Amino acid sequence: MIKRIFSTSYLSILLVMLYAPILIIIIFSFTESKVLGNWTGFSFKLYTSIFHGGIHHSLTKALWNTLIIGLIAAFISMVLGTMAAIGIYNLMPRAQRAIKMMNTIPILNPDIITAISLFLLFVSLGFTQGYATVILAHITFCTPYVVLSVLPRLRRMNPNLYEAALDLGATPFVAVRRILLPELKPGMISGFILAFTLSIDDFVVTLFTIGNQGLETLSTYIYADARRGGLTPELRPLSAIIFITVLLLLLAINQRAAKKKL
Amino acid sequence: MSNLKSFMGRRRNWTIPYALFLVLFVLLPLVIIVYYAFTNIDGKFTLDNIKKFWIHPEAMQVFLYSVVVAFITTILCILIGYPAAYILSKMEQQKAKLLIILFVLPMWVNFLIRTLATVALFDFLKIPLGEGALIFGMVYNFLPFMVYPIYNILQKTDQSLIEAAQDLGANPRQVFFKTVFPLSIPGITSGIIMVFMPVISTFAIAELLTINNIKLFGTTLQENIYNGTWNYGAALSLFMLVFIGATILLNREGSSKAAEEGTLI
Amino acid sequence: MDQKSINDIISVEHLSHAFGDKIVLKDINLSVKKGEFVTILGPSGCGKTTLMRLIAGFLKASEGKIFIGGKEMNKIPPHLRPVNTVFQRYALFPHLNVFNNIAFGLNLKKLPKEEIKKQVKQVLKIVIMSDYEERDVDSLSGGQQQRVAIARAIVNKPEVLLLDEPLAALDHKMRKDMQMEIKAMHKKLNITFVYITHDQEEALTLSDRIVVIRDGVIQQIGTPTEIYNEPVNSFVADFIGESNILDGVMIEDELVEFAGHHFECVDKGFEPNELVEVVIRPEDIYIFDISEAAQFSGQVTSSIFKGVHYEMIVITPEGYEFTIQDYHYFEPGKTVGLLVKPFDIQVMKKERYWNTYEATIVDKEFVRFLGINFPCDSAGEFEPGSDVKVKVSFQNVVLHDNEEDGMLPGIVSFILYKGNHYHLTISTRDNENIFVDTNDIWDDGDTVGISIAPDSIQIEST
Repeated sequence: MIKRIFSTSYLSILLVMLYAPILIIIIFSFTESKVLGNWTGFSFKLYTSIFHGGIHHSLTKALWNTLIIGLIAAFISMVLGTMAAIGIYNLMPRAQRAIKMMNTIPILNPDIITAISLFLLFVSLGFTQGYATVILAHITFCTPYVVLSVLPRLRRMNPNLYEAALDLGATPFVAVRRILLPELKPGMISGFILAFTLSIDDFVVTLFTIGNQGLETLSTYIYADARRGGLTPELRPLSAIIFITVLLLLLAINQRAAKKKL
Repeated sequence: MSNLKSFMGRRRNWTIPYALFLVLFVLLPLVIIVYYAFTNIDGKFTLDNIKKFWIHPEAMQVFLYSVVVAFITTILCILIGYPAAYILSKMEQQKAKLLIILFVLPMWVNFLIRTLATVALFDFLKIPLGEGALIFGMVYNFLPFMVYPIYNILQKTDQSLIEAAQDLGANPRQVFFKTVFPLSIPGITSGIIMVFMPVISTFAIAELLTINNIKLFGTTLQENIYNGTWNYGAALSLFMLVFIGATILLNREGSSKAAEEGTLI
Repeated sequence: MDQKSINDIISVEHLSHAFGDKIVLKDINLSVKKGEFVTILGPSGCGKTTLMRLIAGFLKASEGKIFIGGKEMNKIPPHLRPVNTVFQRYALFPHLNVFNNIAFGLNLKKLPKEEIKKQVKQVLKIVIMSDYEERDVDSLSGGQQQRVAIARAIVNKPEVLLLDEPLAALDHKMRKDMQMEIKAMHKKLNITFVYITHDQEEALTLSDRIVVIRDGVIQQIGTPTEIYNEPVNSFVADFIGESNILDGVMIEDELVEFAGHHFECVDKGFEPNELVEVVIRPEDIYIFDISEAAQFSGQVTSSIFKGVHYEMIVITPEGYEFTIQDYHYFEPGKTVGLLVKPFDIQVMKKERYWNTYEATIVDKEFVRFLGINFPCDSAGEFEPGSDVKVKVSFQNVVLHDNEEDGMLPGIVSFILYKGNHYHLTISTRDNENIFVDTNDIWDDGDTVGISIAPDSIQIEST
C-alpha cells in the first residue's frame, strides 16, 4: 500500500514538473499581456487575433510554411521510405545490413551535425537555399523513421502473401498495390505522422537550410522572436491549441487501440 | 519503359532510390565536412583548422564543459527516469501506455516555447537563471528519452526470470540488483545515447536558460558557420563526429536499439 | 524430348536447383498425369518445398526444364502459369474478407460481378463454407482458413493445384477430417493435385502415386502399395511406416539368411551369397506361444497397447531385436515363437558395402581424402601423388563424443536400426557422407568427431 502511494506520488510529481511550463503557456494564453508571466486579466483576445485580424501576418505565414513543408516532406519520406523498406526486406543479408547502417546515421547524428553537413552540401553544390533545401533536409532526417516503422510490418507479414497474389494471377505491380500496400498501411501511416511531427518540430536543421530569403517556419520565427527578447503573445494560444489537439488525438488513438484489443 | 518495369519487378531494386538519396544527402555531406575541415578558405589542403582547435583552448573548453553538462544531465535522467520507468513497467499495460504518452506529449510543444515557458516559470518562482536552471532545462527536455527505452525493456523482461530468482532464494533487493537491473542495462545504454549526444550539441536552450552566460558546443558550431568560418566549423563538426562514431562503435547494439526506439517517441 | 505423353500435365526434366553453393535438388525427373493425385514426400529439408516453388514459378531453376500442359514454363512468371497454390500457412489476405479473398483471382480476370458472385458461392459450397462470405479471415479457425485457402485456389480452375503441407498446422483430428475432404474434392473437381508433405501416413492415405525425396534426390516413385510393400532401399523402408530392417545374405534364389537363420523368400536374381538388406513390416511377423511351427524364437522385452494392436519388442537368442504388432498380448519376459511368410520378406540390394572415397597418396605414411590427411599403413605401397580409391568398412569408423577427439568433425544425419546395431550416416562439413555401424546410441543432429585407424584404410589403385 505504502509502495503504491509512493509510486503514484512519484509519477505525479514528475508529471507536474513536466507540465508546469506548458500549463503556464496555456494559462497565460488567456490574458493580453505582452510578457509571459504577467497577468493582466482574463481575455480571449489572443485567440481571436490568430484567426482574424491577420495582425501578425508573418506568424500566420510561418505557420503555413511549417505545415506545407511538413506535409510535403512527410509524404515524400513516406513514399521513399516504404519503397526502401520493401527493397531492404528483399535484399541479401549483407546489403541489408549496409543500408540499415546508413539508415541509422541521420537518426544518431545530432541535429547540429546534420544541419551543418547539409548546409555545406547545399553551398558546395550551389543550391539556392529556400523551400526546396528545407524540404530535402527534412526528408533526410524523416525517411529513416519511416523505414523503421514499415520494416517490422513486413517482417510480421506472412511471407507467402505476395506470392499468393502472384499465384492467383496478379502481376507483380498489382500484387504490390492490392496486397502489399494494404498490409503496410498502418506502418506507413505511423511513419507519416512521425515524419510530420519531426518536421514541424525541427528547428536546428531548418535554421541552417532555410537560407536568408525571408522564408520562416514556426521554429525559426520563435527563435528570432526569442533573440529579440520576447515571444509574440499569439504564440501562446497557438501552442496551446497545437498541444490540446495532439493530446486529444493521442488519447483517442490510445482509446481505440485499447478497445480493439478487447 | 518495359526495361523500367522489369527492373522494378525485382523488389530488392526498390532500395536503389533511397540508397542513392542516402549517398547524396547523408554520406556526401559527411565527406564534405571532412573536406572543409582539411582545407582553407581557398580550398587548399591544410591542418590549420585542426591545430587551431588544440591551440585555441576556447572551443576545447566549451566542449569539455558541454561534456560535463551532458554527463550530469544523463546521470540525473537515469536517477529520475529509472524509478519512473520501473513503476510504469509494473503497472497494468493500458494504464502504463497512457502515462507514457503523457510523458512524451510535452515534446509536441515547440521546444523553444517550452524553454521560454520554463524561463517564465523560474522568474515566477524567483529562481535565478544559470547553471542550475540549465541543468533543469536539459533534464526536463531529455527525460522522456531516458524513460521510454528503460520502460520498454523492463516491460519485456520475462517475468519467469524474476520468479526463478525468487525461487532460488533471492530477496526483493537481490532480485532487483541481480536480475532486473542487469537485464535492463541495454535500455539504459540506448537512453544514454539518446540523451548524452544531443545535450552536447544543443544550442539555443543554454542561451535562453542562462541569459547568454553559458554556451554549449552546439552554439560554438553554429557561431562558426554563421560567422563564415566554415572550415573551422567543419573541423569542430568533424571532431564531434569522431566522438560520436567512437561512442557508437563502442556500443553498437545500444545504438541500433536507440535508433529503433526513436521511432516510438 | 517429344516423347512426352500427351497425358502428362506436368513433366520435369533434369531439374536441379542450388541456393548459392548448396545443392537442394539434383537431376529431378518426374511426370504427373492429368487428374492424378501425386504426393511429394520427404523429411524436412529434403527439397520438396523447393520443387513446389519451382513448379509454381516462385523460383527459377538453376538447370533443367519444367513443362506444364506441354508448354515449357522456365521463363513464364508465376501469375501466368496455369497452377494455383495452397500455402502452408494459408497466406490469406488479412485485409480482405472471405468473399474477397476467394474472388481475388476472378477480379483480376475482370469477370462480370454477377459471374464472380456465382462462382465464389459455388466454390464455398464445395468447401462447405457457405454463409461465411462476409467473415473476417482472422476470425476463422485453422480448419476454416484452410478451406478458404483451398477455395481461393480452385475457384480459378487451375490445371494443377499445388498443396504445400496444407494440413501441417491443424490438430490431429482436424487433419484426419480434412484428408478425407481433400480426397473427395480431388475426385469431384478432376484437377491434378500435387501434394507436398513430410507425413508418410497422409501420403499413403491420399495419393495415387508417391514420390519419395531425400537430400534433393528422388528415391522412389510408385503407388502407395508399391512404396509400402516394396521399398527400394532402407531409407524408404524406414521412412514409410514402421519396419524391421536387417543385414542379410542371399544364399541362393528364394533363400535368404538373416538374424542367424535361413528363410524362404520370393526374391531372385541376386549373386550367390550377395550381401543384402531385408525389410519385414512389424505386422508381418507372426507371434505365438512357442511351438513346432516357429521358425525362430525370442523373448518379449516390452509390450505396449497402441489402440488397436499391441506393439512388442522381441529379442532373439542371437541378439536381434524385432518390432512386432499383433492383436494378442504377450507379456514381457515370455518366450515366444516367431514366423515370417516368404512373400512378407522384402529383400533389397545393398546401396553400399563400404565407405569409398577418391583419394591421393601424400607420402609413405599419409593418404588424403575427405579433405584431410589420414595416416595409413599401406600408403607406402603406392607412388606419392598418385590418385587411388580408399575403402573403409562401416565397423572401422570410430566416433567420439567430442569433435576435437576425432580427426574430422561431422553431424549424425540419419540413423537406421538394424536389429542388432545402428547404421549411421554422418555428414561432414563438405557434405560428404561417412557410414558407420555401431552399437553405441547416438541422436540425430549430434556433433561427433570421426577417426579411422591407420590399419583400417584399404587402398586400391584406380
